[in-house]
Amino acid sequence: MSPRKEIDANEIKEQLLKGYPSKVARKRSQQIVVNAKDEALNVPEIKANTRTTPGIITQRGCTYAGCKGVVLGPTRDILNLTHGPIGCGFYSWLTRRNQTRPVSDEDHNFMTYCFSTDMQENEIIFGGEKKLAEAIREAHRVFKPKAIGVFATCPVGLIGDDIHTVAKQMSEELGINVFGFSCEGYKGVSQSAGHHIANNQLFKHVIGRGEKPSEEKFRINLLGEYNIGGDAFIIDDLLKRCGIHLGATFSGNSSYEGFENAHHSDLNCVMCHRSINYVADMIEEKYGVPWIKVNFIGAEATAKSLRKIAQYFEDEALTKRVEEVIAEEMEAVEAVQREIRARCEGKLAMLFVGGSRAHHYQELFNEIGMKTIAAGYEFAHRDDYEGRKVLPTIKIDADSRNIEELTVTADPKEYRPRKTEEQIEALEASGLEFKGYEGMMPTMENGTLVVDDISQYESEKLIEIFKPAIFCAGIKEKYAVQKTGTPMLQLHSYDYGGPFAAFQGALTFYRTVDRMISARIWSQIKPPWKMAGQPTLEAEFVHAE
Amino acid sequence: MGKSKVTAKPNPTSGECRHATRNPCRLCTPFGACMVFHGISGCVPFIHGSQGCATYIRRYLIGHYREPVDIACSNFAEPTTVFGGKQNLETGLINVAAQYVPEMIGICTTCLAETIGDDVPMFLHEITKQHPDLPRLVQVATPSYCGTHTDGFNQAVRSVVEALAQSGAKHHGVNLFSGMLSPADLRYLKEIMTDFGLAATVLPDYSDSFDGEVWGQYKKNIEHGTAIADIEKAGGARASIEFYSTASSKKSAGGYLLERFGTPYYGMPIPISVKDTDRFLSVVSQLSGRVPPDKYDGERGRLIDAYVDGHKYVFEKRAVVYGEECLVVSLASFLSEIGIVPALCASGGHSGRLRDALAEQIPEMMPDVTVLEDTDFWDIAEAAKAVRPDLIIGNSNGYKLKRELGIPLIRVGLPIHDRIGASRILHVGYRGAQQLYDRIVNALIEQQQEESSVGYTHI
Repeated sequence: MSPRKEIDANEIKEQLLKGYPSKVARKRSQQIVVNAKDEALNVPEIKANTRTTPGIITQRGCTYAGCKGVVLGPTRDILNLTHGPIGCGFYSWLTRRNQTRPVSDEDHNFMTYCFSTDMQENEIIFGGEKKLAEAIREAHRVFKPKAIGVFATCPVGLIGDDIHTVAKQMSEELGINVFGFSCEGYKGVSQSAGHHIANNQLFKHVIGRGEKPSEEKFRINLLGEYNIGGDAFIIDDLLKRCGIHLGATFSGNSSYEGFENAHHSDLNCVMCHRSINYVADMIEEKYGVPWIKVNFIGAEATAKSLRKIAQYFEDEALTKRVEEVIAEEMEAVEAVQREIRARCEGKLAMLFVGGSRAHHYQELFNEIGMKTIAAGYEFAHRDDYEGRKVLPTIKIDADSRNIEELTVTADPKEYRPRKTEEQIEALEASGLEFKGYEGMMPTMENGTLVVDDISQYESEKLIEIFKPAIFCAGIKEKYAVQKTGTPMLQLHSYDYGGPFAAFQGALTFYRTVDRMISARIWSQIKPPWKMAGQPTLEAEFVHAE
Repeated sequence: MGKSKVTAKPNPTSGECRHATRNPCRLCTPFGACMVFHGISGCVPFIHGSQGCATYIRRYLIGHYREPVDIACSNFAEPTTVFGGKQNLETGLINVAAQYVPEMIGICTTCLAETIGDDVPMFLHEITKQHPDLPRLVQVATPSYCGTHTDGFNQAVRSVVEALAQSGAKHHGVNLFSGMLSPADLRYLKEIMTDFGLAATVLPDYSDSFDGEVWGQYKKNIEHGTAIADIEKAGGARASIEFYSTASSKKSAGGYLLERFGTPYYGMPIPISVKDTDRFLSVVSQLSGRVPPDKYDGERGRLIDAYVDGHKYVFEKRAVVYGEECLVVSLASFLSEIGIVPALCASGGHSGRLRDALAEQIPEMMPDVTVLEDTDFWDIAEAAKAVRPDLIIGNSNGYKLKRELGIPLIRVGLPIHDRIGASRILHVGYRGAQQLYDRIVNALIEQQQEESSVGYTHI
């Protein structure tokens, strides 16, 4: 069963567009691209990070979701207070399965709580600032948090509530760090705008305030790792085994103190390029900490990332230790890969998720011989598809202009370049790339389909045409995909399984995919009496002795 | 800062004044409206506002029912908030019509559209004039700063009936406005009506759309639900039956039909207890002119037999019950019938009628019942500690409380996102009471068994 041989991707693109009114089809035709890379890994341009057309059912969430749910949600000890009517707070209450490990029982953990000002009509008419101030006082009185974040939902900006002034007044009154996020849902194209607003505010109000530099050797931060299914735990364990110290994670299993002291680490490692690359740039400019792109999804990618970190620190003992750990882990990994490859080789996968996930997980599929025939992001930008080299050519539209661009200069006290320019050049010459991300398309085969912001309708069409062995997206897509008899793996929550990161996570992923693809239930969808050539159900007479 | 008066509510236990909601016990209004539209055949739910609302509501409904749910949206951008949402609404409706070819699009608003003052009825009037080929458009105003998901649900049912129902010819069918029940409940209610020979229009009927079969191939996700043609005939029905305890019938769909077309109206609590199901069946029996089939004698008889068998485990136990107001009232009635004291009855709803409705249902228990209206799980937890409960009955969001108190949580209602089979939970009728009863008794037995240092197997 290999339907792809007869399928021409360009024809499929035409088929997808056929279902739309002509104006929508014109727009979508720029967002659906047949991959064609040349030798220099140049790829066709894709339209990304533009508004979803009204009436098209999208995977995307809103600015608030990206800010409160994604970036601040996994931080256990910042008390997150939603300013708005109840829905937004309710829906972002502990839904992403971010995990956390408080250091001790005394440590704050607000992740199981949902705090909201629960605005009523009265506040919409007369303003909600007083209620917000009272709610902040109340939160402080009851919970004594180190910091409070205030998140604006759609109506807040419109009625003129100034959450930042309230936050500032409350900071002064209560003597703790209170900061606001103007993350009204309508503000951006997708949750990506919310990530940016969240990260900007963390950079302005939290990062760099800490005065507790760690004494450990080889200190790094992990940026864009959200600890889905415990990924950050397993990465942390692996780093520890190698002798690498993880300072702060943005923002899985994260803490306020980690954020505050992030500028004391010596290297920033970026996992999800989309949600946080600009923070890495800003930390470098202000504090002199360089950044590299890493990926702990996939065994090979994990090994490569560890080697990059070791290369950066230029320490022989560290390099040796890293190689030992890789060798130990790869033995088991390769054995399982061989076993599972026998069943999964050549099968097709589709991934429509995230701002980096649709790229990263292709590594894992490759490792068991599966091919990604179509992929796309929910909220990424062109650089995540085509690579950072296209950054200068990305047009800034009204939606992007809407998001504050921080002007960052070197901190007079804390700026400390970790490497000299010569050192950086030497490392680059030896193959270590700084600030680099190749993007998803250069790593995908020619003739595969790349679809930005895929709609419900398009994903159903693609499944119908390709009959992939597995489809990866989120819970909103899960049950529609499964209805059609296609296994569906959630990459936002790992279907409450995982972790899938690092070597051990890769093993779990291979086994999970193998189990889903090899399941026999799909052959039983049709009852026997509806099978072709079997109009009636026949039973054998069993004679009891 | 603004000139607003801050309205704080005192905590019933500590007396402390409250401004923030901590762990809410209610969802927002468009959530309920989307449930209704998803339960009408050929209807696509459509949210007028920012796309996050559609995504969040889809995410939450899909998580609870484990079924696909499509909700379209007019995707407001920053300029839309300045210039109004008409253009986005128009584009959205045209695109939904092209993709789904629906019979109807059900439009509900968000706090964003309501705050900027979009006049949706006027927009729709103008859009329909310009695009006469669009399907039927029904709208309901659901600003989430007014009311809860239950209110959104009830308002949407009423809006649909107001928009579609005509006086038409009188017929022998019955309208059943059952409120926010599970797909299993709706199936059972339809079975009851069929058994009595009554043609019933259950609105909404999401029994298949929220609890569907595997398809094998792609289908449009809008084919199941109440037929629009049946809703059109609602005005000529023999009667409307409506389950409510705290909602005002003046604002309900059944109340509207009575007022507008004189359709006889029977309002009653959700039938969970024997007493309430008896009442429901007697109305159904009267409307159909048939005595209940033997099957119901059997179900009722077996239920009471089980009540007797299990009474030693449940009597004088104390329960915390929370959720939608109408569900809480009916569960309290059921609990009091089996000898459990509903010691704390709580809801995020704020109709102001919860206490009265409870007093009507369980007058003898009221001295021992704490009632919390317009509340959240923080207050529920504080009040729960004071009432010394043995068990908790409500949705998944009481899990934190269950953990704190170390007592069983019997999951009912919505949302249930930490167990499988939320759609299959039966709450209503003798059969629903039987299932609830068995689950409650077994949870109490299990607790007793687990706490025993010996490990007895006969309990």
